[in-house]
Formats: sequence, structure tokens, C-alpha cells
Amino acid sequence: MKKPNLQSVLPLLLRYLAILIVLLFTVGPFLWLLSTSLKSADENIFAYPPVLIPQSPTLDNFFRVIDSQPFFTYLSNSALVAALAVALNLLLASLAAYPLARIPFKGRSVLFIVLLSSMMIPFQLLMIPVYELAISLGLQNTYLGLVLPHACTAFGIFFMRQAFLSVPVAIEEAAIMDGVSRLRIWWFVMLPLVKPSLATLAVFSFIAVWGDFLWPLIIIDQPALFTLPLGVNRLASTFSLDWRLVAAGAVFSIVPILLFFTFTQRFFIEGAMKGAVKG
Amino acid sequence: MSALTLRGVTKKFGKTETIHGMDLDINAGEFVVFVGPSGCGKSTLLRMIAGLDEVTAGAITIGGGDITTKPPSERKVAMVFQSYALYPHMTVAENLSFGMRMRGVAKDVIAQKVRMAVEMLRLVPYLDRKPGALSGGQCQRVAIGRALVQEPDVFLFDEPLSNLDAELRLKTRVEIAALHKRLGKTMVYVTHDQVEAMTLADKIVVLRDGVIEQVGKPLDLYNAPANLFVAGFIGSPAMNFLASESFSGDVLQGSLQGYARDSRVKTIGIRPEHLVISADGPIVGVVTAIERLGTTSYVYFEKKGQSLCAQVADALELAVGNIVQFHVADKHVHGFDAAGLRIGNF
Repeated sequence: MKKPNLQSVLPLLLRYLAILIVLLFTVGPFLWLLSTSLKSADENIFAYPPVLIPQSPTLDNFFRVIDSQPFFTYLSNSALVAALAVALNLLLASLAAYPLARIPFKGRSVLFIVLLSSMMIPFQLLMIPVYELAISLGLQNTYLGLVLPHACTAFGIFFMRQAFLSVPVAIEEAAIMDGVSRLRIWWFVMLPLVKPSLATLAVFSFIAVWGDFLWPLIIIDQPALFTLPLGVNRLASTFSLDWRLVAAGAVFSIVPILLFFTFTQRFFIEGAMKGAVKG
Repeated sequence: MSALTLRGVTKKFGKTETIHGMDLDINAGEFVVFVGPSGCGKSTLLRMIAGLDEVTAGAITIGGGDITTKPPSERKVAMVFQSYALYPHMTVAENLSFGMRMRGVAKDVIAQKVRMAVEMLRLVPYLDRKPGALSGGQCQRVAIGRALVQEPDVFLFDEPLSNLDAELRLKTRVEIAALHKRLGKTMVYVTHDQVEAMTLADKIVVLRDGVIEQVGKPLDLYNAPANLFVAGFIGSPAMNFLASESFSGDVLQGSLQGYARDSRVKTIGIRPEHLVISADGPIVGVVTAIERLGTTSYVYFEKKGQSLCAQVADALELAVGNIVQFHVADKHVHGFDAAGLRIGNF
């Protein structure tokens, strides 16, 4: 067997080093958060140089958070809002995207450009008119008020349009020849073929809704309707900014995202189109 | 069984006209093959019959009824796609029954039709498999089965064998021919492979640039091509063409004398298989390449700067650089006028 020399190993080492640096930037903050949440009150969280591994790890901070705040209510509020928003976004965005991808109609390109343009407007600009609209519709302090802004996003439509474009036209035409209506083709043929994209959009939407702070902050003022980000924010004020508790609350709110990703990641696996068409 | 007619069928994409007022009669139960080079409009024509592309002008009728503006599902046509176009997330059984299930056909009727199709196409062992677990040939059989269960008046095939390897192509070709014989339905088949056209068709339609060049039985097209294009397209290797200017004096001997007497003839055509090696043959050339296929050989030779091909049974003694002489029977020499139209044989 050929002995590995420095020349052949060096590129590999550099590659791993690059990966480690990226990892440090991506996972690092989360590990720091986790470490802070597990540190006891006796331990200095601002010690220099920083200590990542807690001296005596404890779950006390988590129990204190749960005792002092209705975090399970926040969790269920967040879960309900996220579930509704994700489901609606998947349904409505893909429903809107299908004709944009596949049904020729007058003004389709213009509509698509308008849609793309709307993605470039920051939410902060839209916040006041959307807020006024929500108030007029009586959506303040309602779940619907939290869900609606996320129910059909321009990004979702754009993303699903691109996914539908990747499905071979012949499959759809075969269904048309089979006498299947457009709506049924969308539901029974197209959607199953873009499952990986649906899963990806689900993750993106879930993260966006789950982590949304600004909109819930302005539309909700009843603590019973608070979502997790509002709950975590409340910790900061209630406990005179005890970072251990804030960190514990943040970790508490991140876990569902990790679980959601774990359950949906299998849909990312390519190969859904295998055997569909040839040539 | 239903006859299919096209009357003045025209197709425009924007301002570009791709099909120029086509007229065609296809008899009930006939197997018609559209052939032509890429971009000639054969697939567009098929898609217009299927209803997947709109007809810009003209009319299409099936069984006497005008279907020009009807949606595909109301035309009683079924199409087999080049790419199979199977639903990848469904099993073979689901692929076959999907359309019927969506249309609300009774379960027992679906089961009976699916059974009939899978038995006919020998798909019984694969009913629970998804397309990804099938070979190309099996996929194409499923695609044919999906057309079969629709019980259409007209079957449309869009280059169905293009993605199969040579062996499977031959096998599936025979199966399609057998299927036509068994069902007796009208079938329209698009291909650029003239072997498929010659072997399958009752009638061949040769297309070029959105115009029908010739319609006829396969051997009629082979023996009496209407023009230079059809003569060159039908037959493999292609017919040799010799321009009148290059065919002077020494070459015009014996059997080719008839050509010299007809001033209208500007080009003569000779099929490679009609060139016979002969010691005193009038066509003399230098061998440039030889392709030995076993049962036959293609001898490529050059005559006055023109490259010609001869199909000979035995080319063992020939080598590149040899001078060869060929003879051709009068009846196998085709004459074409200045416009490229066939004048006749000599």
C-alpha cells in the first residue's frame, strides 16, 4: 500500500480546517448558549478566557424558567401558530406557484416579476400598513393575526414555482391525456413529486415563524397568547437580565426546530424523480 | 375503429408557422408513421392530434367528428410518450389505473381493464413495483398499458423506442406491431428512425419543414420516392445522388445511357444495395472506407470528388485504395429534375 505523504494529506487537512472554521461560526454560538444555560449561579459566565464546559452542569435554569413563566403555554402557542402557518404556506404557496410554473395565461410574467419584487421589500417597511390592516380586521390578540402574515409568502411561491418547473412536462401531459383535471394533477401528481422542496419550504417557514419576534410583539399584548420569542424576551426583563435564564429559555425554544428538522430531513433526500422519465 | 383526417392544419408559434396547412387522411385501423428529420413538425402534428397543442387553423376529425377544439380527454386518443412519462411515485398498477380512478370509473371495471393490459403486456410480475425499479423496456410497456386501458379510438406514439437500446427496440417494435394486429385500432406513430417506419407502417407520411413530402406504403416510398428529399430519407444507407455535371462521358456507359438521353434529368439516384461490383461496370471509383457488418458490407468510394456508397454481400477482397467498378440495373436508376422531383426509372 502506498504511504500517504504530506503533499497528498495537506489538501485534506486544509479542507477539514475550513470545515472546522465554518462549524465554529455556525454551531459555536449555539454551544455557547447551551453552555451558559447549563452553568450554575456560582459560576461566572463572563469569565475570561471563556469556559465552554460548565464546571458543575445543572438543569436548574430550565426548571426556574418553567416555574417562573408559562413556557408550556408559549410553546403550545408557538407550535399552533407554526403548524398553521407552515401548513397554509405549503398549501397556498404551491397552489399559487403551480399556474405560475405551468399554466399559460396573460400577464403571467408580469405577475411573477411583481411577486419577485415584493420579496425585496423589507418587513419593517410594510409593518405599519400591515399592522393597521390587521387592527382593522380585528386580528389583534388572535392566533389568526399571528398566522396570516406567514400564510402565503412570496418566497414560498417563488420556491415552489421553481420546484414545479423541474418536473418534466411530459408527466403532466400524460395526466392530462388520462383525463385528470388540473387541480387533481396538482394534488396527486405534482405535489408528491416536489416533496423534497415542500419539506425544505416547511423548514424555512417553520424557522421564520418560530423565530419571529417583531410581528408577535406588535400584534399581541396578552401574555396568554405569547409565543416563545416573546416569552424569552420577557425573561430578560423579569429577572433583571439573568443570562443563564435567557439562555435556558432560548435553548428551550430551539429544541423544537431541531426536532422538526430531524423529522423532515429525510424528505430532502434526492431521488424522488428516479424512473420518472428517460432522455 | 375510427378514421382520422387533417384538413388544412396549420400551427404557428408566435409569428413562426411550423405546420403549413396539412391535409391527410388516415383510414380506420391503419398504422401510420410520421417520419422526418428533427424540426420537421412530426411531433407538433401528433401533439395537435392529441390536443396538447392548439391548432392555429384547419380541422382535425376522428370518426367523422370534429375534435379540433376539444380537450385531450374528450378526443378518445391515448398517447405514449418518448420519455415514458410514468408517475414515479406510483406503482405499475397505480400508474395504469390512475386516470380511471380520477374519472370515477367503477373499481371492478378498473380491475378488469388493468388485468387485461398487464396480461397482454406481460406486466403481471411488476404490478407492485415503481417505475424506478423497472427497466426501460418494462417502463415503456407500462406506458403502452396506460394508453391501452383508456380504450382509445386512436393511439398516438411519440418516438416510443428512442430511449431503448438496440435489442429492446427491436423487441418492443415487434410487440407494438403485434398489438396493432390484435387491437386493429388506428395508430399514429412518430419516429425519425426509418427502419421503424418501414417495418411498422401501413402508410408512411414523410415530413419536411412542416410540409408533407410524400404519403404512401413503405415500399412505394422506397421504390418510387416523389423527390430527392424522400429518396434520401427513406433507405439506409441513404441513396447516392449524382449531379448531371459530374456524370459525363466515361461514366455514362451501358445501363446509364438512358439518363443521357433525357435532358430534364439533373440528378440521378442509385441506392447502395443496387450497386453491384462488376469488372466492366460503368461506375468507377476509388475505395475510401469499408464497413464490414458480417452479412453485408458498405463500401464507400469516391468518383470525381463525389462520395458514394455501395452495399455488397462480399467485400473480403476489397481494400481501401482499390479501384472498383460497379454496375446498376436500369430499373434501379432514379432520375430527378431541376426541382428535385422524380421523373422515373430508366
